[in-house]
Amino acid sequence: MQSTTQKSVVKLKLMSESDFSEAVPGHPPVGPLPDRAAAREWLELMLRIRRFEERAGEAYTRAKVGGFVHLAIGEEAVVVGAVRAIRDTDWLISTYRSHGHALARGTDPAAVMSELYGKATGTSGGRGGSMHVFDLERRFMGGWGIVGGNIPIGAGFALQSSYRGNDDITLCVLGDGATNQGTFAETLNMAALWKLPIVFLVTNNRYGMGTSIERHSAVTDLVRKGNGLGVEGRRCDGMDVADTQAAVAEAAEICRSEQRPLLVEAMTYRFRGHSMSDPERYRSREQVTKWKEQDPIPAFTKRLEAEGIVTPDEVEEMDEKAIASAHAAAEAADSAPFPEPETLYDNVYSLGGEVRGWLSGTKAPE
Amino acid sequence: MAEIRYREAVGRAIAEEMERDENVFIMGEDIGLFEGAFKVTEGLHERFGERRVRDTPISENSIVGMGVGSAMLGLRPIVELMTINFSLLALDQIINHAAHVRYMFGGQVSVPLVIRMPQGAGNQLGPTHSHSLEAMFLQVPGLLVAVPSTPADALGLLKSAIRDDNPVIFIEHESLYGEKGEVPDGEHLLPFGVAAVRREGTDVTLVGVSRMARTAEKAAEVLAEEHGVSAEVIDPRTLRPLDLDTILKSVAKTNRCVTVEEGWPHGGVGANLAALIQEHAFDHLDAPILRVAGADVPMPYSKALEEIAYPHVDDVVKAVLQSVGKELTR
Ligand SMILES: Cc1ncc(C[n+]2csc(CCOP(=O)(O)OP(=O)(O)O)c2C)c(N)n1
Ligand SMILES: [Mg+2]
Repeated sequence: MQSTTQKSVVKLKLMSESDFSEAVPGHPPVGPLPDRAAAREWLELMLRIRRFEERAGEAYTRAKVGGFVHLAIGEEAVVVGAVRAIRDTDWLISTYRSHGHALARGTDPAAVMSELYGKATGTSGGRGGSMHVFDLERRFMGGWGIVGGNIPIGAGFALQSSYRGNDDITLCVLGDGATNQGTFAETLNMAALWKLPIVFLVTNNRYGMGTSIERHSAVTDLVRKGNGLGVEGRRCDGMDVADTQAAVAEAAEICRSEQRPLLVEAMTYRFRGHSMSDPERYRSREQVTKWKEQDPIPAFTKRLEAEGIVTPDEVEEMDEKAIASAHAAAEAADSAPFPEPETLYDNVYSLGGEVRGWLSGTKAPE
Repeated sequence: MAEIRYREAVGRAIAEEMERDENVFIMGEDIGLFEGAFKVTEGLHERFGERRVRDTPISENSIVGMGVGSAMLGLRPIVELMTINFSLLALDQIINHAAHVRYMFGGQVSVPLVIRMPQGAGNQLGPTHSHSLEAMFLQVPGLLVAVPSTPADALGLLKSAIRDDNPVIFIEHESLYGEKGEVPDGEHLLPFGVAAVRREGTDVTLVGVSRMARTAEKAAEVLAEEHGVSAEVIDPRTLRPLDLDTILKSVAKTNRCVTVEEGWPHGGVGANLAALIQEHAFDHLDAPILRVAGADVPMPYSKALEEIAYPHVDDVVKAVLQSVGKELTR
């Protein structure tokens, strides 16, 4: 995985709220392009995430995967743009909609898929499921199922960096709906007071489940919401991977060098239901169709083709690879073993040396 | 051996561990410049500075959450919550997160976090500031729960808690802060899961939790002097892990058991102990296990009511006499 963080001199186009109150199909992606290799990798990664999630959705409908599965289909530009704007050594924390973040960090797709399948080979050995993917080695710090629960925890990572005086930052991903949680206000305030190196990335897909932002937030400009808590922020076009990357990279740069929190609001849309079981009665078919016309993957493909960075054949090949990778992940997950019953109590506690007393399933009294 | 107050013992444990390990720091509301609502952190801000003794805004859930996050990355935060009732605002971070992170992520990370807070009635603080909630935390797998009742235990258990890799709910008691007790000289570490037999006896086993360990001890004196009943008093000191072996051994000897706690009776510590004891020592029991607990009400403000809403020595004496089948002679 390469890091594309560089000193950003990008002038961000600040969008007004009305730009996004309705879908604005067809506005061309205009974010600054990185070098060829990086541009191609972004496209490839978006395709891999898309195909992985399609496959996960399929597995869910075939009851291979249980519980809740939240797909980020339509939001890949935000995922990829953001992850490619920070260093591999920065801490990344997300929500239950985070398969893409793990994949972008380089987590083995088979391990992610296996977690969805509840298999022993999953990232959490089948303890977490789709909502709780986690990969410490790659500093992808979850995968959190409580809306807003990850916000102070991300700030805790940043507190650690600040306490130790290193220059790691934390990228904390949350949804528009999560900005109504107490933890949003509490944590942004504390992060600003304590000058913590954290970038809050609000993936504004305009809905918290079935409640539109106009119906769930009195202040719909989420940058302003952050401002009120002492955190400076900016908006970006979350349907444009390059614009998102530029905005987050700039925020990351300021965050790192000036040691203070920032917020980026990425305007995007999810094409699928909130989770797999969502008949979507709360939004119109026209709205969905309009946003789908801005699908970040074809848009970026078109741009790269126009710039001569990829050919249609190459894109086709990338896509085939993405499909194959998702397929292989699902096959691996399907054939992997379930966790053994005797591992039920593993990892409830960290057990060092002798365990005294009655703790959990770990030691029964004589 | 030196005699110090419970509050000083807690403060000493924090200071010693901060001195020993750079990763240990403390945060909470008014713990720095104000030196703590109960003055437990007196002198710490001056000694260790702003970076390691952090005054926070009034944001319990996020304070604990930042403790969880920083603990996941290897710091050893101590979070002070002003009273246990305020921990209710942080239950999401305590239960959904602190307790579950390690399991949920397949053991990839631990959460070496200590959450300290006092509990207890008797100060006329009414229904939002006086409860005893150890039973609630005891229920949660992933948490360790300590309920020290003496300065020495507060010192030794807190130092162990800070060094432990699991999230620890460390429950102090408001009415014990001013109590004095002997503490060993030099470093004093007390392992979790080891109960203290406060007094040996042959007729009945009294298990007292938190401050009620002391009430049970006083009751045992009265029982011996006035009723000729020999009570063995056990202070479990930690509820998770629980030193059930020591309790079972005692019950095997006395064949009777009375539990004493300040919290509510339903689903309380005593209810749990009664279940465990009858599961593991049914054949040793000569009488039903009795529970002395707080009244099943929100803690009232009026002294007249508050006094009868949590257990006192007399309540324990009465229950023991009932257990051994004796009449109250007074
Ligand atoms: C504390 C809490 N309340 C409610 C839920 C149920 N829930 C799951 S996702 C969600 C909507 C969140 O919306 P948003 O933050 O915009 O994120 P998105 O799902 O759009 O990515 C809700 C209400 C939850 N998981 N946690
Ligand atoms: Mg949303």
